[in-house]
Amino acid sequence: MQHDSKFTNQKFKLVGTRVMRPDGVDKVTGRARYGADTFAPGQLVGAILRSPHAHAKIRGIDTRRAEKLAGVKAVITSADLPDLTDGDAELYNVLENCMARGKALYDGHAVAAVAASDAETARKALKLIKVDYKVLPHVTDVDEAMKPAAPIVQPRVRSKYRPGKRTNVAGVTTYGHGDVDAGFAKADVIIEKSYKTEQVHQGYIEPHACLASVGPDGQGELWVTTQGQFAFRNRCAALLGMEMSQLKVTSSEIGGGFGGKTHVWAEPVALALSRKANRPVKLVMSREDVFRASGPASSTSIDVKLGATRGGRIVAAHAELRYGGGAFPGIWGEIGAMAAWACYDIENVRSVGYEVVVNRPKVAAYRAPSAPMAGFAVESTVTLMAEKLGIDPVEFRLKNAAREGTRASYGPTYGPIGIVPTLEAVKKHPHMRARLGKNQGRGMACGFWFNFGGQTCADLAIGEDGTVALSVGTVDVGGARASLSLIAAEELGIPYEQVRCNIADTASLGYNDMTDGSRGTFSSGMATIFAARDAIEQLRQRAAKTWGIAVKNVAWKDGKAIAKGKRKSLTLKELAEASSNTGGPISGHNQVVADGAGVSFASHICDVEVDPETGATKVVRYTVVQDAGKAVHPDYVEGQFQGGAAQGIGWALNEEYVYGEDGRLQNPGFLDYRIPVCSDLPFIDTQILEIPNPNHPYGIRGVGETSIVPPLAAIANAVSDAAGVRMTHVPMSPPRILAAIKSSREEQELTR
Amino acid sequence: MKGIPVSTTVNGDDVEFVCDGRETLLDVLRNHLGLIGAKEGCGTGDCGACSVMLDGQLVCSCLVLGAEAEGREIETVEGMADGEKLHPLQQRFLEHAALQCGICTPGFLIAAKALLDHNSSPSESEIRYALAGNLCRCTGYDKIVRAVRAAAGDVRRQQKARARRKAAAQN
Repeated sequence: MQHDSKFTNQKFKLVGTRVMRPDGVDKVTGRARYGADTFAPGQLVGAILRSPHAHAKIRGIDTRRAEKLAGVKAVITSADLPDLTDGDAELYNVLENCMARGKALYDGHAVAAVAASDAETARKALKLIKVDYKVLPHVTDVDEAMKPAAPIVQPRVRSKYRPGKRTNVAGVTTYGHGDVDAGFAKADVIIEKSYKTEQVHQGYIEPHACLASVGPDGQGELWVTTQGQFAFRNRCAALLGMEMSQLKVTSSEIGGGFGGKTHVWAEPVALALSRKANRPVKLVMSREDVFRASGPASSTSIDVKLGATRGGRIVAAHAELRYGGGAFPGIWGEIGAMAAWACYDIENVRSVGYEVVVNRPKVAAYRAPSAPMAGFAVESTVTLMAEKLGIDPVEFRLKNAAREGTRASYGPTYGPIGIVPTLEAVKKHPHMRARLGKNQGRGMACGFWFNFGGQTCADLAIGEDGTVALSVGTVDVGGARASLSLIAAEELGIPYEQVRCNIADTASLGYNDMTDGSRGTFSSGMATIFAARDAIEQLRQRAAKTWGIAVKNVAWKDGKAIAKGKRKSLTLKELAEASSNTGGPISGHNQVVADGAGVSFASHICDVEVDPETGATKVVRYTVVQDAGKAVHPDYVEGQFQGGAAQGIGWALNEEYVYGEDGRLQNPGFLDYRIPVCSDLPFIDTQILEIPNPNHPYGIRGVGETSIVPPLAAIANAVSDAAGVRMTHVPMSPPRILAAIKSSREEQELTR
Repeated sequence: MKGIPVSTTVNGDDVEFVCDGRETLLDVLRNHLGLIGAKEGCGTGDCGACSVMLDGQLVCSCLVLGAEAEGREIETVEGMADGEKLHPLQQRFLEHAALQCGICTPGFLIAAKALLDHNSSPSESEIRYALAGNLCRCTGYDKIVRAVRAAAGDVRRQQKARARRKAAAQN
């Protein structure tokens, strides 16, 4: 059955209300089961040996002593994960990242693994494995890696950056339109500025964890903390040479992912250990392993050139964006190049993204991946331009903001979008009139994210008592089950409490793409609406059969089938109770490629106080304004806005991977990699705008990611206002701010 | 490996277990006693996800040895509710949407209870500093602080009602 995904502006009874989440009681009583919270009979403990070197040839691995240790049931190296990738370069990268093949490419790269009867024996066994390394020269900095004489990280990398030669630049992509040179020739004012951002980690509180079980019959099960059980099944099955249908993957409750759990890390290793030992293997990463070997976002180096007329119109824009992808090629520079200028309507615009490989862990998506760094560079420069032109930064943005019909710098033409409304809301917001104290400053910035739809499947089973079990395949990362239950109840016309939403395992539902690209509520919401409509169709048929009238004469309203023109009705409960006599169980189903995810815009306002003695920055006031399309559950929409802002604040002020001269990560722990704590932050004010997405029946847009894009520049602009120094290097940690204040004072003294 | 026999009290129940001398209280709770509410987020006392009460004292159970529990009283998130009735903090966390992924929630609940047990009228700042040892990556702490503030009001009302009942009983 074809369903129409067009927005219809229906009046809602339940959608938009703040109900209690269905998984709440389990989560406040300690019952909810996350990745490390399940146990299997006879389970072993898995552990991974990791390279202490940033770059080293592995001349040999001697596992004999470890294998002889009592309690050790399996030891594996890359030899136990043979290359089955059949020319799939991306899959090969995943394989090589899971276990080094001949060369360790970063500090923390897995080289061998064991499964033992207990954790202590596993640890002992790792110490007995002897790896013969030949240490190679390494490179961890993006700009250094691009130099012709830099050590080569991946000999197989080729690109047009240095045709025919080995290089660390795995790709160069260009986006834009118009004639940028001609545009700059027309500009009255041109600003050129270079920026750097350091590598950050998603910092989910739950480390990667799984329980893997593979038998000699080729059947397997994987319980795992993941953002996508189906994608994990496909990846793991491909890497291990298993049939997809023979591997059942169940997603546990997930303790944060933010993109970092879209990627397999230790899961194929756990499965390989289990297969070799023929026992279930539980493998939980330590926090140190999480930092050294999973997740992080790119470090970047970005140049921006912006040209505008005295009247305040941007006439040309250019950006060069260099993104470190870790030891494997990525598409991070390309995404940065696409996102860089997306907020603006610019006649002549260009962005060039570079994919740079370095001796660091393989980069994974982190909430609006690549956009925050590009946003930092662009939005800092936009504010600089406004200041130089003597125009209010909000007004300057309004003069240049993209609107419906604007051709985006990355190609498409926008439909109805929310950047102008967010800027108008900022202008009117009381935050803009709040008094600033001594050493305090205010900044604002805009942000953009694409959003994604993708493959989606949902089942809606009606019980004989008329209550509903909804099964979806997108992992619930922060309240989606509440939103999807609201949607199902809204469609069927029944109370919210009569719907129970369940996240299906891979054996129970058709394929679903991961919960990424802010797609969970957008796409599973769409599939849920359609599955409910499918069920309603059947309910109408059952009622028609009961009454002996044509289906077309049966309407569905407020949870009831109503015979048109007659005073007869049957409730969902009555129809469900009678279902065994009218054709059997009633269940709705839908599968859809959820196209048309509406793009998302946000504008943030931030007040900071900079201590001129220590260089420490405190965020004193923070406001997020973002377009949600339609906020299905406003509490959790606000939560996404606040959480993204907090992560952005951490990124802007504190968080940073620190590598030593030896190429080793020096701060792989929450003590030295400091994410914001409760006392670091103020209340984060939010304003939800609802500019309906025309491509979703309820007007829903994804809301998860955009909120992390504006903070870096909003805070940089506020710091500049407070301390009189323009920060071009993130994080703006106390030493960096102090150094900037000092050099600005010296400059002032010199020019006096 | 010689196991160490330990007798202790968990959420008011007498409990006995045998642990390795190197095992933490967190390992024991999770792997021997089946109490998975306390989580290991770091294993180094930085994240607070493993927070429990030990003789009325807020501790990171990953920094306490299982053997140290001998003769002590341990309280975990599993013991917070009174039968069907959730603790005001649990109830307010739900009402205020103070959790997203929920992995840090047990630790926050225990830390917040430790605060309210000795200060039922905390200022915003006191709440923020009392919870500064617990990391949350999802919420930006906004709704957590609001939930704790609301729960503090509930606790004060409970205390007043108790005091009234006591006074009435004495009269």
